[in-house]
Amino acid sequence: MGVATEQPVSESAILDPMVPELFRIARRKDETDDTFTLQLVPADTTRKIAFLPGQFNMLYVFGVGEVPISISGDPAVSSHLEHTTRSVGTVTKAMGLLKSGDMLGIRGPYGSHWPVSEEDGRDIVIVSGGIGLAPLRPVLYHLMAQRARFRKIVLLYGARAPEDILYKRELERWRGKFDLEVQVTVDRAASGWHGNVGVVTPFIARAPFNPSNTIALLCGPEVMMRFAIMELQRRGVPADRIHLSMERNMKCALGYCGHCQFGSTFVCKDGPVFRFDQIASIFGKGEI
Amino acid sequence: MIHGLESIVREHPFFRELPDKHLEFITGCAKNVNFPENHLIFREGDPADEFYFIRQGLVAVELHIPSRGATTLQTVTEGEILGWSWVSPPYRWHFGARTLLSTHALAFDANCLRTKCEEDHDLGYEILKRFVNVISERLDATRFQLLDIYGRGH
Repeated sequence: MGVATEQPVSESAILDPMVPELFRIARRKDETDDTFTLQLVPADTTRKIAFLPGQFNMLYVFGVGEVPISISGDPAVSSHLEHTTRSVGTVTKAMGLLKSGDMLGIRGPYGSHWPVSEEDGRDIVIVSGGIGLAPLRPVLYHLMAQRARFRKIVLLYGARAPEDILYKRELERWRGKFDLEVQVTVDRAASGWHGNVGVVTPFIARAPFNPSNTIALLCGPEVMMRFAIMELQRRGVPADRIHLSMERNMKCALGYCGHCQFGSTFVCKDGPVFRFDQIASIFGKGEI
Repeated sequence: MIHGLESIVREHPFFRELPDKHLEFITGCAKNVNFPENHLIFREGDPADEFYFIRQGLVAVELHIPSRGATTLQTVTEGEILGWSWVSPPYRWHFGARTLLSTHALAFDANCLRTKCEEDHDLGYEILKRFVNVISERLDATRFQLLDIYGRGH
């Protein structure tokens, strides 16, 4: 199954976009000491999952609250959803205590998506940091499934420490492929780590891609993205071929409440994936 | 042999746009070196009398911390410059460097280059300009690492 070309809207979202659907946790996997992945199946067994890489859902922990979480699973899989979440706030900490069989409420999918469906024949450079790899994992599944449509694919990933690296097995698998360049680096490491130590941005200068025919996808801390954009532009990647996923305080996910307003846009509705040239004038500004 | 080294030096972005006379001199200070895996290239506190252009491999810049042992601060890989303590007094390595993989590099005689830079300030300025970039990149990287941008709350 390929990726849908139009933004899917669930049936419940059409009926009442504020009412969550019931999902059951089919599987839970601890990725790191504070990050976990939930595999979720709809309580309505006739429901098929459809989303585009880069979109997010609102996940509701009953009696606690609702949070926006990017979808991190394979867009070609219609039987279940995957969400990778870090326990940092009240809701995500409560979510982290849930077990297989527990129920969650989900609204979505929402937001814009990575533009890979329209980018045949290009080199793809993915720059991610920390939990920012999660919203990019669907696009990696998609790229690998459609590998022949693209030229070079480069994944540059930075994490805090070796034990904080997400999706280790998949990274190893992808790294083992001859047609995918994967570079991983960590900020700090004890002896025994034989990989790179340092920030992710210097990899951009050395990565094997053709800047005039490249699309870059970025997700991670904003400061990382800011410097990654500088490196990409230094190599000659035009601003309109750099896309980044922004994070703001999303509440309603429909552009009603205004909590996630970013300049004249709403991150929930117009984003989270933005083309850099469209937000360049406000990106990285302390006050807009 | 020298001709081979010169073409390697000339093609490296670090030495881009250097006049031929400077390239010739720099090449004269260079030699090919190979280090096996887990080889200590230099030790913290030792005289900084060489710097390296890594052609292949991976090197850990490390600091020995009592009770924690050797801690890797950064790694230097293909195409990067290893070592800038030779630029400023007291010309001693601030950190150690150990290969994580078998490494092939060009080693530059820092004493020879320092002396020449004192004599020829044009060369000195060109070299210093390039090392300021290396130092600035390392400073940026260190700041990011201190910010702990991937930590909780980011």
